[in-house]
Amino acid sequence: MAHPKSKTSKTRRDKRRTHYKASLPTLATCSNCGATVKYHHICPECGYYRGKQVIEKEIAV
Amino acid sequence: MRHNKKFNHLGRTSSHRKAMLANMASSLIESKRISTTLAKAKALRTYVEPLITKAKDDTTHSRRVVFSHLQNKNAVSELFRDVAVKVADRPGGYTRILRTGNRLGDNAEMCIIELVDYNEAMLTSTEEAAKPKRRRSRRGGKKEEAPAAEAAKQAKPVAEKESATAEAEEVKAVEDVQPVEETEEKAEAEVKSEASAEAEAEEKPADEASEEDKKKEE
Repeated sequence: MAHPKSKTSKTRRDKRRTHYKASLPTLATCSNCGATVKYHHICPECGYYRGKQVIEKEIAV
Repeated sequence: MRHNKKFNHLGRTSSHRKAMLANMASSLIESKRISTTLAKAKALRTYVEPLITKAKDDTTHSRRVVFSHLQNKNAVSELFRDVAVKVADRPGGYTRILRTGNRLGDNAEMCIIELVDYNEAMLTSTEEAAKPKRRRSRRGGKKEEAPAAEAAKQAKPVAEKESATAEAEEVKAVEDVQPVEETEEKAEAEVKSEASAEAEAEEKPADEASEEDKKKEE
């Protein structure tokens, strides 16, 4: 089996990791309560989805 | 190679997966709505919908077939007694999956999966909202164009003359840029372009009139 000849230095490791980036989710505002919600998700504040009461707030968590 | 093998194993052996889906299907049928991860919900959808379809035909055989999948007599009787009646005139699509965010701990995408016919709030509101947005084909685009045409018509006397003259000027400008080979042809072309611009101006009102007629018919 092939083996690494030398240890990857901290610099080399960290340079590789410069491309590991977190991305922001696309957000919208709830049409009912105005809270910030993720697209295609039930509003966690009021339980509305696409202008309709889908679930009661207690279940929505 | 794994080409076209899209089936989600959910990280389980076949028996484990079947047992889990049977339990989830029983829970869904008995409580009408369950909260689970998105991947499991999607797997459950393909598992439980054929069973619900089978429940529409209430025979001993179909009961046995469904029982072999669910392994839960309470769920089977609930399915054939109550659920089958409710979904009787629904041609498939008995479940609804709605995302609820990510779980604390492992950040799994969570969702609720429910039987469509048991969500009373959604049923009433969909019946009200269903009528206006029925057309999904692209042929219905004329409805949207009609108001625009009307608006254009109001501004017609000024805007159309301007556009016609502007077009003619543009055509001239384009021709002026071209190297002059035969002046006679160029003059002819200019005359033609002006004529065509006029023709366009004449055609526009006709188009609008026809669109208006269509709108009236609608």
